[in-house]
Amino acid sequence: MSLLGRLNWDAVQHGWVIAGGQVTLVAVMLAVVGLLTYKKRWGWLWREWLTTVDPKRIGVMYIVFAMLMLLRGLADAAMMRAQQAVSVGPHHGFLDPNHYQQIFTAHGTIMIFFVAMGLMFGLINLVVPMQIGSRDVAFPFLNATSFWLYAMGGMLLNLSLVLGGFAATGWLAYPPLSELAYSPGPGVDYWIWGLQIAGVGSLMSGINFLVTIIKMRAPGMKLMKMPMFCWSVLGAMSLVVFAFPILTATLTMLALDRTLGMHFFTALNGGNPMMYVNLIWAWGHPEVYILVLPAFGVYSEIVPTFSRKPLFGYTSMVWAIWGIVLLSFLVWLHHFFTMGAGADVNAFFGVMTMAIAVPTGVKIFNWLFTMYRGRVRFTTPMLWFIGFVTTFTMGGVAGVIMAIPAADFELHNSLFLVAHFHTMIIGGVVFGYFAGLTYWFPKFFGFRLNERLGKYAFYCWFVGFLLAFIPLYILGMMGATRRLDHYDASLGWQWLFIVAAVGVALVLVGVGFQVLQLYYSIKNRHANLDKTGDPWLGRTLEWSTASPPPFYNFAHIPLASERDAYWEMKKHKGQVTPKYESITLPRNTIMPLTISLMAFMFGFGMIWHMYWLPILGFFGIVGSIIWRSTSDEHEYKLPAAKVRQIEEELEARYA
Amino acid sequence: MVGGIALLAIIVAGIVLSRSNIPILQPAGPVAQKERNLMITAFSLSMIVVIPVYLLLVWFSLKYRHTNKSARYDPAFSHSRWLEGVWWAVPLAIISVLAVITWRSSHELDPFKPLVSNQPPLNIQVVSMRWKWLFIYPTENVATINYVNFPVNRPVNFEITSDAPMNSFWIPQLGGQIYSMTGMSTNLNLMASKLGTYRGLSANISGDGFAGMHFSVVASTQQNYQKWLAYVRDSSNKLDKPAYDKLSRPSSNNPPAYYALADSGLYSEIVSKYAEPVFKAEN
Repeated sequence: MSLLGRLNWDAVQHGWVIAGGQVTLVAVMLAVVGLLTYKKRWGWLWREWLTTVDPKRIGVMYIVFAMLMLLRGLADAAMMRAQQAVSVGPHHGFLDPNHYQQIFTAHGTIMIFFVAMGLMFGLINLVVPMQIGSRDVAFPFLNATSFWLYAMGGMLLNLSLVLGGFAATGWLAYPPLSELAYSPGPGVDYWIWGLQIAGVGSLMSGINFLVTIIKMRAPGMKLMKMPMFCWSVLGAMSLVVFAFPILTATLTMLALDRTLGMHFFTALNGGNPMMYVNLIWAWGHPEVYILVLPAFGVYSEIVPTFSRKPLFGYTSMVWAIWGIVLLSFLVWLHHFFTMGAGADVNAFFGVMTMAIAVPTGVKIFNWLFTMYRGRVRFTTPMLWFIGFVTTFTMGGVAGVIMAIPAADFELHNSLFLVAHFHTMIIGGVVFGYFAGLTYWFPKFFGFRLNERLGKYAFYCWFVGFLLAFIPLYILGMMGATRRLDHYDASLGWQWLFIVAAVGVALVLVGVGFQVLQLYYSIKNRHANLDKTGDPWLGRTLEWSTASPPPFYNFAHIPLASERDAYWEMKKHKGQVTPKYESITLPRNTIMPLTISLMAFMFGFGMIWHMYWLPILGFFGIVGSIIWRSTSDEHEYKLPAAKVRQIEEELEARYA
Repeated sequence: MVGGIALLAIIVAGIVLSRSNIPILQPAGPVAQKERNLMITAFSLSMIVVIPVYLLLVWFSLKYRHTNKSARYDPAFSHSRWLEGVWWAVPLAIISVLAVITWRSSHELDPFKPLVSNQPPLNIQVVSMRWKWLFIYPTENVATINYVNFPVNRPVNFEITSDAPMNSFWIPQLGGQIYSMTGMSTNLNLMASKLGTYRGLSANISGDGFAGMHFSVVASTQQNYQKWLAYVRDSSNKLDKPAYDKLSRPSSNNPPAYYALADSGLYSEIVSKYAEPVFKAEN
């Protein structure tokens, strides 16, 4: 066995489309390294980011990584629609079938695991500890490890662009197509190990935030007084804790099939591919709700703030969340009514699926009635909310239609389905997280984003989204399936694909506005400073600190005896002479990054069959954990005098 | 201006679409027709909730915008048992109706269930291969690639398996799809009630040649069907095990091909090849 396993020079990817990706990848890396060196920021990078255990820093890193991944995923989407706009009849476009299939596989995988999950965990890290009036999460070290595992999983996956190519199986890699017999190359292994590493990180984050919300709320904050965002996160994290072990186990079995010649899911020798399909969706459907529940939570914060009213129907909202949590585990089979499970089974899962529309509908009415008799300000976050209600409702109708098994037989795997889940995920999840980012941006950076450019971005996204996906609903009903790299001219589909491509182009313009908005807002930040810490007249505790908050969040742990705790505080404002106490905080550590690098080595070695590397990585990880567990001094005390000094500086900053 | 252009575009698109072929909305058989009707029913029932949502969204957005000082401002109004009861109950009622429809239609349109007809069903066996569809007529002793022909108004019982990664067998104008899986045999009962040629295809990604995995479905008169059968039976192309093994080699975008069937047990051989949990040394 060679030291490099199956890795050799032939593995280096070539072709002009890929070269574009490779050049971009390398250029971005060189630019970052160059900039850091030029600005002499390496020490800063080490102290403030690479070794940090502060959830606010970790949240920002999640979001930066997710945004970079969003650009990659959008580039994939643009290539797919460009191919479909031209690959008709005698023309075959610019992508060969295998390359096209790699692109849509990468698009789906990246968008779900590294964009949506990244934005979600990013926002949760930023907001949850602040909203519950806590200085930290329950397990800060674990939290940093989760992030670095996520980032390393993403990097491993992107490495396939340079070395070896990616899976060409669709984003869930159904066997037997994803088994060795039909996909012998390293592509599926990249998929497995990229997700496995990131997935373990997600599971640990799930545990972490579950415990954080249960155990670390400010005194007086009973569960039923918690901000709704925290409720949604609690629901989502419960789902993570139950669903992600299924993913880990399923990926492990597929990896065993591929590396050790086992037969869990192979077509031959007693394997059962359909077991995989069941298992992956037993994770996959809850995953959808893991993504959307926190986005619902974001809307539940934004609508009250910008309507100057408390959230309507708080108790209903809580019940709706838990209804969704429960039901989301009872619907996985609707992803494959066409497997032939029989009428009783199909009907049961169909009914459970449409039942989810009830709590979801309740939430929408409650948001609308939060606006009722309010004073609604149409800031950018509110526009994203309006966009969400408009699109999500439409997608929900498509979902109810497809929940009927017999109707689904005619729509399954068609572009109608593709349009449906993009409506839910873009309209629900992406719009929600964009709204949340705009809303909480001033809290963590100390200045507001430019409103005008944000609105331009929204309009481009919204119109682009409609143009990109309404044609797909129609194409689906015309019998166009997903994942086609070519079709006949006589079908009359081309003009609809062209409209969809124009839609994607418009979305890209929207992204351009977002980049411009960020640049412009940073450049003119002095004009938009958030001096009060409460730029939107917020209702929850995160707005009670300075913007950006000190690294310990709160000098005094607040008392939260009412819902909308900060709103109540503002009403009964009493000046208390501050008495400062010392604060215990976790020390920075490079260990999470080193553990994750070793996980990266492990994955890389498994993909290329360099088996010494996983062994090294495995013992490295185990050794690090033992070392960490047996050493002390993970925390330090910030003396009261220092806290006072920081607080007084913050106070004096804009005085 | 922008609104005018958008309106014009929508009208043009509407005209083009009304002249287009939208198979799912233009069913050519009883199964597809019932499935389409189900979609319309579900869509209409959903509108009971959707239309109020859109109306309230527009109404509240306009009326309660903060610049409209004449609107009532009542920050204390944050819950109402009565109102919340309405929007728990109404969707629940709609879903209950849909649940009954779902239960009944799942049984009625179960793809395994033979269609009611005064004619005996025609049995056609279907194998998804890399990357083409093989149709075997076991009693008529013919077989075809990417082409299937049967008489109009006669129920057809497709038995479906795979000798390749999973595919999904779908003829949009005749009715819904079902997976083709290795080692398993699924059924799809369909019938054409109109003469014509329809498009059939695979709806599940199966590798390089996936986009070319479509086939022609011809619903012909009894006479023409018999003529076609006679023609194919006389074909010098024989499909037996060796010919099948040759056919199994991966190939993309295959034109239709016709064979006289020489091995009527071919289908069950393909299914049982995968179904046997026998461990053989892999070489």
